[in-house]
Amino acid sequence: MSSHNEPTATHTAAPAGAHHEHDISHDAGLYLRTLIILLILTGITVGAAGIQFGSGAANVVIALTIATIKATLVALFFMHLAHDKPVNAIIAGGGFIFLGLFLLFTFLDVGTRVPLLPSNMPAMAQPTPTPTTLNPLLTPPPQPLAPAQPLVPAPAAAGGEGEHK
Amino acid sequence: MSTTSIDLESHGGGHGHEVHDPHFQHHYSTMEQQFDTSKIGMWLFLATEILLFGGLFVGFGLMESRYPREFVEAHTYLQRSLGALNTVVLLVSSWTMVMAVHSARTNQRQKTVMFLAFTIVCAFIFLGVKYFEYSAKFEEGLLPAKYYWHKENSIPACPAGPANQTPTVPGCTHGYATFFAFYFMMTGLHGIHIVVGIGLLTWILLRAKKGEFSHAYYTPVDLVGLYWHIVDMIWIYLFPLYYLIS
Repeated sequence: MSSHNEPTATHTAAPAGAHHEHDISHDAGLYLRTLIILLILTGITVGAAGIQFGSGAANVVIALTIATIKATLVALFFMHLAHDKPVNAIIAGGGFIFLGLFLLFTFLDVGTRVPLLPSNMPAMAQPTPTPTTLNPLLTPPPQPLAPAQPLVPAPAAAGGEGEHK
Repeated sequence: MSTTSIDLESHGGGHGHEVHDPHFQHHYSTMEQQFDTSKIGMWLFLATEILLFGGLFVGFGLMESRYPREFVEAHTYLQRSLGALNTVVLLVSSWTMVMAVHSARTNQRQKTVMFLAFTIVCAFIFLGVKYFEYSAKFEEGLLPAKYYWHKENSIPACPAGPANQTPTVPGCTHGYATFFAFYFMMTGLHGIHIVVGIGLLTWILLRAKKGEFSHAYYTPVDLVGLYWHIVDMIWIYLFPLYYLIS
């Protein structure tokens, strides 16, 4: 690659790689090291899955943390974000930030509910009196209507203006 | 080492430049600007891909929190070794892909073609492993939603009701059926991305063979590479979520 024909007019040919300030000749080694680390992390995550860390939640957190490290390595080196124009990293980061918001608010909701399915509550697994529906979550038993709450204030409550037509 | 000379030809049309790359489009002021523009477009597309799969991940998490015990049991039907094998295959293919980009950028045509061919082979290995996994699930009745008929589940997922109101789903297995609905939709959508990727890689390989890419113009190789890496990245999350958590 050292002896390639130089373009006669380099200023117009403007090599697309020219804006990469770092020396690309060392990239091959960088990519190989990235691959090796990714494979090691895969081994670690498979190994860690065989161990019970306290609760199931700890295993999930560990697995997803390792996955995030791997995804970051792929983005930084294989996808060149580490040496690229920042705008691309901002777009990619934006995607993940909005995904994070989606996850955050969904699981804030889920995490503050009680499990309703009897099958998920060992203490209540014994036959319940009237479980007639397929899935209580989907078809809640009809609730007796609360005493009617008028959506619009009754004309009487509106005071003198209501009568004043 | 084969060297590719950049085919610079004079353009008759006048905007001041005497010579330029045949790939250079007139509405850009420089090749670099053209390259950057393409790349920003690709990254915007990749951001929508993140959100597309993100919605499915959120749905999976929601259902896992609704049927935690069924989901944990359903995980055990997936073969961890096959999932790990496919992870390694995709990681290696990501490496061959980035080496193809690197080779194109450093004017090594033979190597570009070779690495692209390796990447395609890896993609086919991935699909082959998935084919074995899917057919095993089909045989066992581990299918999405109402098609689920696997009977040996430890949890009768539906609340036992009066006989005449027992649902017709065999074994009444909502949690399991929901797990496999997500499994097939997410890995299926990912598999479709792999198939599309094979098409793109083949197209790039043919163009590379003709010697279209050089350090001055390798945008298509780079962008297909970005696509291939995002497919790999999605699998990096699918693998622990489906195969490892128990």
